[in-house]
Amino acid sequence: MKRLVVIVALLISSLLTWEARADLEIVITEGTNSARPIAIVPFAWTGAGEAPYNFTDVVSSDLIRSGRFQPIPIEQLPSRPANDADISNYSEWASLGVEAVLVGTVSQFAAGRYEVSYQLVDPLRGQITGGLSEYIEDEGLISEQDHILDGRTSVVLASQFRQYAHRISDVVYEALTGERGAFLTRVAYIFVEKNAERPYQLIVSDYDGENARVLLRSPEPLMSPAWSPDGTKLAYVSFENKRSEIYIQDIYTTEREKLTSFPRINGSPAWSPDGTKMAMVLSKNGAPDIYVMDLATRELKQVTNHWRIDTEPKWTPDGKSLVFTSERGGLPQVYRVDLDTAKVRRITFNGRSNLGGIVTPDGKGLVMVNRDAGAYHIARQDFPTGNFQPLTRTSLDESPSIAPNGSMIIYSTMHGNKQVLALVSMDGRFQARLPSRAGDVKAPAWSPFL
Amino acid sequence: MKFSPLVRASVLAISAMTLAACSSTSDDASGTSAATTSESQQGQGVETGAADRILTPAEQRAQEREQKRERYADLRQEKVIYFDFDNASIRGEFAEILAAHADYLVRNPSMTVVIEGHTDERGTPEYNIALGERRAKSVVDYMQSLGVSAGQMTMVSYGEEKPVVRQSNERAWAQNRRAVLVY
Repeated sequence: MKRLVVIVALLISSLLTWEARADLEIVITEGTNSARPIAIVPFAWTGAGEAPYNFTDVVSSDLIRSGRFQPIPIEQLPSRPANDADISNYSEWASLGVEAVLVGTVSQFAAGRYEVSYQLVDPLRGQITGGLSEYIEDEGLISEQDHILDGRTSVVLASQFRQYAHRISDVVYEALTGERGAFLTRVAYIFVEKNAERPYQLIVSDYDGENARVLLRSPEPLMSPAWSPDGTKLAYVSFENKRSEIYIQDIYTTEREKLTSFPRINGSPAWSPDGTKMAMVLSKNGAPDIYVMDLATRELKQVTNHWRIDTEPKWTPDGKSLVFTSERGGLPQVYRVDLDTAKVRRITFNGRSNLGGIVTPDGKGLVMVNRDAGAYHIARQDFPTGNFQPLTRTSLDESPSIAPNGSMIIYSTMHGNKQVLALVSMDGRFQARLPSRAGDVKAPAWSPFL
Repeated sequence: MKFSPLVRASVLAISAMTLAACSSTSDDASGTSAATTSESQQGQGVETGAADRILTPAEQRAQEREQKRERYADLRQEKVIYFDFDNASIRGEFAEILAAHADYLVRNPSMTVVIEGHTDERGTPEYNIALGERRAKSVVDYMQSLGVSAGQMTMVSYGEEKPVVRQSNERAWAQNRRAVLVY
């Protein structure tokens, strides 16, 4: 009976309700000067008194953090239009140099429910076709106007304001870049609160560090959180029984299941893109090797067999091969193994050694930890050209994880003698830090699209 | 602070003598009579001496065994050995500590020990788990070569997850690269 289902309902459900003390806040360290200007007009509130929520604050932060956009300061806006029809003069917006203007309105719909409607306007196009704006009599029915890049109206619960703001960011980002936004995603990570009775915590927060929730607290180390492709479960390594074991935990129901408890190392779980298999590292037969387990049958297949270290398996997006770190050539380098033919090929050659490789969502690049001259930095390498680019200059960088749209990498680094999370854009231009209030934060794993 | 077994033995002897002296003063009657007897038998102003005893080979071996056991008992207090960067080989200075543990385990076959492998924070956590296990493994192999049965030892690697010193400098790293024997 390997399938041991452990439900620590009491413990974990009480944890879920806690506000984690590991909330992160983002400090941008470089890269906003290359970003494109955009105008984000505070949404008009039709009710009395204070607006119930500052949507545009969240949207501005999201867009800044994408590294692609720089909202211009609110005091420089020529006016505060509530929608496209309110914009009387497109040229004064065009002359700001912005490529788009986000306008919106919030009104009370029912108790605790609000109607949010917004439009993303191209002022240059509006300047050209300016006369069209007179056709708009009814708010929101504007899809035929080609100067309006996107526009939507939804009824939103007060409890979902922040989530909806991220949704707006996704829409704006996709309209302007052609690439899906990843603002409505989450990050799982390990938080270590020194001197606490149970110092090791598995936490899930929004991608921006908000809404952090503790999914598990343990007196012994927790490692390697990995998302299921549907974003509902996490696999991770726990030492709660004084040995490494792989667990799977549902992030909503708190149901928890021990997947493996082989002698010696049980590590580095990685879900296959179709969610049916788990790649992992086991050393039950001697040296650490890569294995793949079928999650339905629990059948285990050994993928690599080498007397030196093989570790850190990650799937290629097509699910047909794994990249992994191996010492078989002397120093650690990233290799790729074809799961059908078992053929192994080395794929990294830059610097002294390379570890922790992950394939980008488009399958066209590899992000890894590059060790050169004693320093560990995040670097990117393209397939098949082999172009190699170091991305970070922080120190002791490790555990890179890529946003599902491939735009950004989150990783763990040292800052002020503490382990913190940091962000770097795929081109290295934008860099930010997510310091925690206390303790070490590590092993970030970016969720899939939710 | 450590004392050689010889120093320790003499300290024991002196304290034993002190104890004897105490008990004789506390027991007035017998003490006085014994002193009188010895004085009357040996006369005044003489002093006796003794030659060093020549140990028989058997006694010699027994003493050496005793000394070794004492030294090993001391060494067994050391449960941590340290490693070089990205390296799992046992440094010469720790050979005797491991020999002491091995001796104990061989003489106590029912005892088991957990050998933890740890690394410094450099390199990825997953790689460090593997490196930590390699360190634990090299301790296990060494102990096995000294006669400890494999069944008495289990390994667990914590990689970089349980540092002793949470700092990022050479000194901290050197203290974190370790194997720990846990009975």
